[in-house]
Amino acid sequence: MSTSTTDSTAAERLGIRAHSDGPVVRASAAPASFVPVQTRSERFASVHHADFAEVTGFEAEWKLTPVDRIRSLIDGELDGSAYAIMYPEVEGTTVEWIPRDDPRIGTAGTPEERASANAWTNFDNALLIDVSGEVETALTVTRSTLGDAPRAGHTIITAQPNSSALVVLDSRGGATLTENVEILLAEGAHLTVVSLQEWDAPALHLASHFARIGRNAQLKHFVVSLGGSVVRVNPSAHLAEEGSDTELFGVYFADADQHLEQRVYVHHDAPHSRSRVTYKGALNGHGARTVWVGDVLIAHSAPGTDSYEQNRNLVLSEGTRADSIPNLEIETGDIVGAGHASATGRFDDEHLFYLQSRGITEEEARRLVVLGFLSEIIQKIGEPVLEQRLLAALEAELRAVA
Amino acid sequence: MSTLKITDLKVSIETDQGTKHILKGVDLTLNEGEIHAVMGPNGSGKSTLAYTIAGHPRYKVEGGSIELDGENVLAMSVDARARAGLFLAMQYPVEIPGVTVSNFLRTAKTAIVGEAPAIRPWTTTVREAMKNLRMDNEFSARNVNEGFSGGEKKRHEILQLELLQPKFAVLDETDSGLDVDALKIVSEGVNRAHDTTGLGILLITHYTRILRYITPDFVHVFVDGRVAEEGGPELAERLENEGYDRFLVDQPAGA
Repeated sequence: MSTSTTDSTAAERLGIRAHSDGPVVRASAAPASFVPVQTRSERFASVHHADFAEVTGFEAEWKLTPVDRIRSLIDGELDGSAYAIMYPEVEGTTVEWIPRDDPRIGTAGTPEERASANAWTNFDNALLIDVSGEVETALTVTRSTLGDAPRAGHTIITAQPNSSALVVLDSRGGATLTENVEILLAEGAHLTVVSLQEWDAPALHLASHFARIGRNAQLKHFVVSLGGSVVRVNPSAHLAEEGSDTELFGVYFADADQHLEQRVYVHHDAPHSRSRVTYKGALNGHGARTVWVGDVLIAHSAPGTDSYEQNRNLVLSEGTRADSIPNLEIETGDIVGAGHASATGRFDDEHLFYLQSRGITEEEARRLVVLGFLSEIIQKIGEPVLEQRLLAALEAELRAVA
Repeated sequence: MSTLKITDLKVSIETDQGTKHILKGVDLTLNEGEIHAVMGPNGSGKSTLAYTIAGHPRYKVEGGSIELDGENVLAMSVDARARAGLFLAMQYPVEIPGVTVSNFLRTAKTAIVGEAPAIRPWTTTVREAMKNLRMDNEFSARNVNEGFSGGEKKRHEILQLELLQPKFAVLDETDSGLDVDALKIVSEGVNRAHDTTGLGILLITHYTRILRYITPDFVHVFVDGRVAEEGGPELAERLENEGYDRFLVDQPAGA
């Protein structure tokens, strides 16, 4: 078993401008030389697949990802057509497919890597979910029949001024999918987005979420990854206007040979913005692999920023690996707070002995520890039916452990 | 009348240097309500006895028996022993990430009793027990032993002792690392459990200090995996004055 944790360097704590990402290939550079990226905001971005250099697997963006398992998504031909979705009618929401030249598309963010750009280059229609007014009922949009052929997807979620809603993107069945999700919060909007990856075991799924958060708006965002072979969901939140706020949560449970990755990016770009990032994961079985990278950039334009990010991993068996890499980049000293934490620990025989010595059975002891650890995130969703369902899904994962 | 009967107990552990025989034939009988102190120098096998009673997998029983009211304890799993009425207050309790004290206590009580305690009276009981041990209320929201000070860990062990109400408790060097105030508070808790539930106690200690607060009925001196001498409380006083030297004449230092 190997676990790794990384914490802030002294330079980062002192706010010295040096990003800890390694070198990446700049596609625009004519000679194939490595140019270190100085700041996350200057990372190369394009919607065109061809603008990105070939992926070798050594790039900072890819070096922790099993790129050979996802070549078809990075470079392959993709089916970009609309797919079947299921959703209930919920007053105050509309769900529809829109053409790729719709002006709303491309306003939240731009791909920063080749698989994301491949999706952008190839999608024909985008799924639009619009929220207006105060929506009490959760809107769950389910896709479960994507099939195994490589696909491109594009989703755009728009929250109108002062609207509030909870939107669940529920993914099941088989998939070989690379996609982009844009999330736009207008002034005063309060939106919760839950991205649920409950794919079948062989599924491959790469996703980039780009959120733009307006004045006094708040985004709560959850990435819940349980099923799939390689699942990489990278949420970024652009705190673009004064008083914008985001809470980014994640929970993941990696079984044998499963790769679950999340690269989070929070860009504080306006005064008095606030962010909290909390990701928790469990790993069990040989080859279970998780990656969490948390980048936070506090720009010159963001005095009064309040930011904290953390990642916790619980290792349940031998033969697993958890990478946990927080990066904090601070361009202004005028902030309320900025911190990060990372810890990876294991559930071992001494835990078991302690709990059993209090009368608790072995099976119950494992259940107690893992559910206690992960349910902290689930409980933040604030939708009891969904929370119960996810806790049951975690219980099912645990039964596989016992 | 409950009885914990240990007969000719022989225990070894596996080390890098091969099998090491630690207990070499221990006889000890505890009756309900009795307080036995087990004293002895480092390495004499005191903690091995404690962990063997609880069933820690590291300790291999080579011979002898442990019986609780005639039931074969050695055939029971760790959790079955606890449910049968045995409790071990550990010297170094481990941190359990992600499990709050309140969740842990309720789960343990449910496991021991066989059904979940009614929430309101249970909450009151826990709060009262914590107050007695001068534990702050916010304690129950913390993860088990995570970031606890040495004294907090020991209080938390005794809190469990009082709440789970076992028949017999083994206290493994509960006094170590405690200042006088904490030692008094912890000892009060042990005495409360003894007085209210008729708890039988096996008090393992290196020092006589805790015996000022918890009065033993019997004292057993452990040397080299055997009981070298037995007596009443006066034996503890003698050890206080003379130390363990007279038991060690035939032993290499630190054995």
